[in-house]
Amino acid sequence: MFDIISFIPRAIVQGIPLLFGCTGETISEKSGSLNLGIPGVMYVGGICGVIGAFLYEQHAGGNVSAFPAVAIPLLACLLGSLLMGLLFSVLTITLRVNQNVVGLAMTTFGVGFGNFFGGSLIKLTGSDVPSIALSATSQYFSKALPFAQGTGVFGKLFFSYGFLAYVAVIIAFITAYVLKRTRTGLQLRAVGENPATADAAGINITKYKYLATCIGCMIAGLGGLYYVMDYASGVWSNDAFGDRGWLAIALVIFTLWRPNIAVFASFLFGGLYILYLFIPTGTDLAIKELYKMLPYVVTIIVLVITGMRNKRENQPPESLGLPYFREDR
Amino acid sequence: MRNITKTFGTIVANDNVSLDIYKGEILSLLGENGSGKTTLMNMLSGIYFPDGGQIYIDGKPVSISSPREAFDYGIGMIHQHFKLVDVFTAAENIVLGLEEKGRLDLNRAGEKIRKICDTYGFDVDPEQKIYNMSVSQKQTVEIVKVLYRGADILILDEPTAVLTPQEAEKLFAVLRNMKKDGKTVVIITHKLHEVEEISDRVAVLRKGKYVGEMITSQTNAQEMTNMMVGREVILNIDRPEPVNPRPRIEVKDLTVRSSDNVLKLDEVSFTANAGEILGIAGISGCGQKELLEAIAGLQTVESGSIRYIEDDGSSESLIGKDPLQIASMGVSLSFVPEDRLGMGLVGSMDLTDNMMLRSFRKGRSVFTDRKTPKKLAEKVVDELEVNTPGVSTPVRRLSGGNVQKVLVGREIASSPTVLLSAYAVRGLDINSSYMIYNLLNKQKKNGVAVVYVGEDLDVLLELCDRILVLCGGRVSGIVDGKTADKNRVGMMMTRLGGGDFE
Repeated sequence: MFDIISFIPRAIVQGIPLLFGCTGETISEKSGSLNLGIPGVMYVGGICGVIGAFLYEQHAGGNVSAFPAVAIPLLACLLGSLLMGLLFSVLTITLRVNQNVVGLAMTTFGVGFGNFFGGSLIKLTGSDVPSIALSATSQYFSKALPFAQGTGVFGKLFFSYGFLAYVAVIIAFITAYVLKRTRTGLQLRAVGENPATADAAGINITKYKYLATCIGCMIAGLGGLYYVMDYASGVWSNDAFGDRGWLAIALVIFTLWRPNIAVFASFLFGGLYILYLFIPTGTDLAIKELYKMLPYVVTIIVLVITGMRNKRENQPPESLGLPYFREDR
Repeated sequence: MRNITKTFGTIVANDNVSLDIYKGEILSLLGENGSGKTTLMNMLSGIYFPDGGQIYIDGKPVSISSPREAFDYGIGMIHQHFKLVDVFTAAENIVLGLEEKGRLDLNRAGEKIRKICDTYGFDVDPEQKIYNMSVSQKQTVEIVKVLYRGADILILDEPTAVLTPQEAEKLFAVLRNMKKDGKTVVIITHKLHEVEEISDRVAVLRKGKYVGEMITSQTNAQEMTNMMVGREVILNIDRPEPVNPRPRIEVKDLTVRSSDNVLKLDEVSFTANAGEILGIAGISGCGQKELLEAIAGLQTVESGSIRYIEDDGSSESLIGKDPLQIASMGVSLSFVPEDRLGMGLVGSMDLTDNMMLRSFRKGRSVFTDRKTPKKLAEKVVDELEVNTPGVSTPVRRLSGGNVQKVLVGREIASSPTVLLSAYAVRGLDINSSYMIYNLLNKQKKNGVAVVYVGEDLDVLLELCDRILVLCGGRVSGIVDGKTADKNRVGMMMTRLGGGDFE
């Protein structure tokens, strides 16, 4: 029997990291920066949060209190992802290095960075399993809304998540509104579509690109933080985050660069990601592995479909991936 | 503007230029390609910053370091390549970059746009997306954008290059309205009859230097040209009598659909004769490109026939042959697209390599022959006066006019029997254009069937023996170049058969 009531919350918590990554990447791409370093940024965001939480737990000993337990990992995560964003921006916007090359390098770097410090922390704690548990701080991240208890099925579906999940949804909707309805959004889109035009209209291209890329990275980094501190209950083990970063980038295309669609699409992807756990396959592991392919199969199908549609509004920003230099002839 | 200097690397684009622009006048800025007209105006509109010299506005020295500052001084520029975001609506493009107070209110902006349109006689729908607009509509949006910002000085960079004669007339009427309103208009162009028609004063640049200025009513086309070029230039295009014309390409009921199933050519029939120049006129996008590509074997043909007729009268169908086979029969296509580089030349390769694109299949050796193309490149540079540091310079670095000379020169060098040339003089100055016309005429004398797709009706009428007018993919008529009337052809371009607009 398919247990839909327990499936949906699991799908949503799976989707939240994707949603963070997708919103961040969308902001970045709208400014014309194709940041393929997002998977790496999410790793860095996660491990920086872990380092922050680890240091705090070491410092506080037994008496962990709510505010610093949340604020320190959060700030560490934002700082780490901001630095990654600045690295990408300096290389691609100021020095005009190829975005794909920088992005892929940053992903490799971010994953390595996460595993290196993850490994060091595991060594420091001297634990016998290859992972590090930060349950004291994690409980504050994964705390459900206070009135979630006793509201039955409804509460389980809507109120049973940690605060970062709601932050993800709110950020996505705010981003969608800003992009579509505000002057800032209009100008940001213009920068990504046609920087020469935006420049002639008096828009500071460099400022917009830097801000969009850095803010995008910080949002994506939160995805990593959510994954470790909430979803994984504060347990960091190397490579556990997997390829969710790439799924987040695929999601950007799937949602046609619209974060409001991404809210639902990320839950759908999250559902596909864990579907194999809910479909009775018995002991046949091979079939489970086939189900694990689903998110990627869907991504490929979606890419094919969007590739065939020709509506101009649904195309990627026109100057996506291209550097801009005003006096270029 | 006083003693303005601007350099790009080692190239001096503007050398000590001083220019006065008065309030409430229309000033024409004349000059050959690469004479620095656009660069000079870009400095006024804040795109470039001058390396030396000083700009004064109303007697006060100013420094314009960004387009935004230019707007603050009331200067707005309409660029040759439109600065519009395709997926935005007209209103979104117009308010782009403005720091108005309050939240973004496109409805209010729309009202203001309509008001401006009513004042000057434009026709713009604020809700329409740019990618759905025609070239002239886009240009209108550009002008409204500048006016919306309250500009007093408008700079237009070759505004009529992409317009039909009727559209150009409409634009001129609007410009005169603006002048009446006390606004200043600077128009960059190299069409002399436009200078005479619209401007009060004309200033001339040559090779980055300021040559002089004249009151338009006291000068004539010949004098202006001489000033531009720096020597006497003969302003008539030769039209030698066709030598022994005989049919070479026969097109019958040709129908072509584009990949998204839009009808591009609808039962087009004509004959191109050897030893004759056949002109093709039509507003952009009415099927000229598809027609030439169909002949060259680059377009899939839905129905109809294209036959190549030998001197002895035997004929062969071109449909179903691949482009290589067609090219080896002597059909040569030189298409100059809007960005000038998109087709035919590879921007990052040098002159020699681009010559090799035609010849690399020749010879039996595994290795390609580089000597012959190099000689050919040198010959083209020499004969067509291509301005380049050497034959190993990447084509992208050359100015537009020189790129075109390389392309046309190469196509002619392959000694074709049919020369298809589209927009060969697009954006070229008078001197280079005449050189291209002479080249085409030379081919015609050699018995080549020349098909010439052009934008400038005056030239088509002077150069071509017969003119095929296309309208929306159909043949609107074929007229004799000697007797045709410009207005009539203009009408035929916009309406089948050229009937009156009633």
